[in-house]
Amino acid sequence: MSILPRIRIRIGALALLAGCAGAPGPQDLDRATQAVMQNSFRAQGIATLDRLVQDEVQQACSAETPPPPARAAQLEAAQLASVQWPQDGVYLGDWREGEKLAQNGRGGTWSDAPGVPAGGNCYNCHQLAKAEIAFGTIGPSLYQYGKLRGVADPADPAAAAVVRYTWGKLWNAKAYNACSAMPRFGHQGVLTPAQIKDLMALLLDPKSPVNAP
Amino acid sequence: MTQARSLIAAACLAAAGAVQAQTSTADGIAQYRALLADGNPAELWEIKGEGLWKQRRGPRNASLEACDLGKGPGVVPGAFVELPRFFADTRRVQDLESRLLSCMQALQGFDAAAIAATPFGRGEQANLEALVAYIAAASRGLRFNLPQGHAEERKMAEVGKRVFFFRAGPYDFACASCHDAAGKRIRLQELPNLTLNPGDGVGFAAWPAYRVSSGELWTMQRRLNDCYRQQRFPYPGYASDASIALGVYMGVQARGAVSSAPSIKR
Amino acid sequence: MSDPMRIRAQAQGGGAVVRVLMSHEMETGQRKDAAGKTIPAWHITEVSAALNGKTVLTAQWGTAIAKNPFTEFVVKGAKAGDKITVSWVDNRGDKRSDEAVIA
Repeated sequence: MSILPRIRIRIGALALLAGCAGAPGPQDLDRATQAVMQNSFRAQGIATLDRLVQDEVQQACSAETPPPPARAAQLEAAQLASVQWPQDGVYLGDWREGEKLAQNGRGGTWSDAPGVPAGGNCYNCHQLAKAEIAFGTIGPSLYQYGKLRGVADPADPAAAAVVRYTWGKLWNAKAYNACSAMPRFGHQGVLTPAQIKDLMALLLDPKSPVNAP
Repeated sequence: MTQARSLIAAACLAAAGAVQAQTSTADGIAQYRALLADGNPAELWEIKGEGLWKQRRGPRNASLEACDLGKGPGVVPGAFVELPRFFADTRRVQDLESRLLSCMQALQGFDAAAIAATPFGRGEQANLEALVAYIAAASRGLRFNLPQGHAEERKMAEVGKRVFFFRAGPYDFACASCHDAAGKRIRLQELPNLTLNPGDGVGFAAWPAYRVSSGELWTMQRRLNDCYRQQRFPYPGYASDASIALGVYMGVQARGAVSSAPSIKR
Repeated sequence: MSDPMRIRAQAQGGGAVVRVLMSHEMETGQRKDAAGKTIPAWHITEVSAALNGKTVLTAQWGTAIAKNPFTEFVVKGAKAGDKITVSWVDNRGDKRSDEAVIA
């Protein structure tokens, strides 16, 4: 792709903007940004250009300041309504698999082979099991997650609210915080329901290293 | 000697391990970095780049000594800390890599698009990386002072801000997801706040850099490329408008930060 | 042809501190490429330094030395104006020699 034709097109666009009186206003800049995003990327591997098409949550949370509370509540309600709960009513899987998923940061990039299951990337942002000291701090510590919420038995009806919230949060973090930095693992198809069950076990199983004393 | 030195260093770090448990993880990492700082292999790229700047090359058999990096033809010291900026001859805002592409084409007759398409670390792209190291080194210790006098420069700063906060892809990530606040880290890697000046020699002021983990010199274009890869975005064009706009935004926000480039990184 | 070494030699106390940055892949021979084939070993095996032509340091390097290695040593009795020559040989038989004047 030659650089010179792009320069000519860009000068044309600049001339249009310069034709307007004075400095570009916010809407001109938003339009210019959209144009820049369109002409600056190409598809590569599994990373296709449709990834740049923003949904309403992404759009609303792309400003320097978050949307007003009423709008945020609207977005959260819509995201919550789209959560897919486990069809068999079983929320927890195997915490051993969950720990492997939490350690695994692969998947979804243009250098990943198609069809390879993604990891959960959890330790990038969170503390989980005590033994893992290489954890990030972008998200809150999840060490003793189940224990701190009084979940002695995840199957107990008393724990149902916490179990449901945890599933919802993993499936779609934006259902509870419109501009959360956490990816929407179920909603975006990053992780399968079976994988999310394993992460549920990592967080809530009393025998998981997250909760074990 | 290096083996002995690294063994001694490892022993020191191990002995300090018991005490480190009480002090922060950041202290341990800072210690490791201090040990690495002397003998930055980026110097090898700086020396190579200086040679390439002065050497007659390409179909036109010319050197780059007439290249204007923003402070006049051939002026190298101080140029790096004022980029990206607007250039009258190309009528666009350009970062260092983009400007080198323009000069390598206009003065030496190279095909800029072909160099832009060449993978990092290979062929003429490797030569461009050495030139970046040389030019950055000539501004080491100076403070970032990007011009904003031209309307295009101001527009690119605004566009760059919007690009910085643009959430997309299956992870809903933007640059801001990792770089909008102080005190955050991903695994054990501290994340500079790029919405303001995060300090001397940090963030925007630390690239290009030699990456010990792969033994390669990474330019800012490469750093942005790998950021977008990990954000699960599609592939950013080399020296594309989005990448240049981000440079303008980050550079303007980092105004006053002392450049340490080329620095040394994990 | 390999890239030149970067040698800095500074008179200090009763001698000189010499810092050398070498450009070399230092491939251990233990890594495998994407296809699963072992990448052949390619690393410096011998290093020597001479002060005004007289050998003052010899070293045997192996696979534990990192890529683009940095070395620092002190030469007793060296003074400003003396010439330091650093040389290496690698397992392929390639050689390199560079020199610097002590500042």
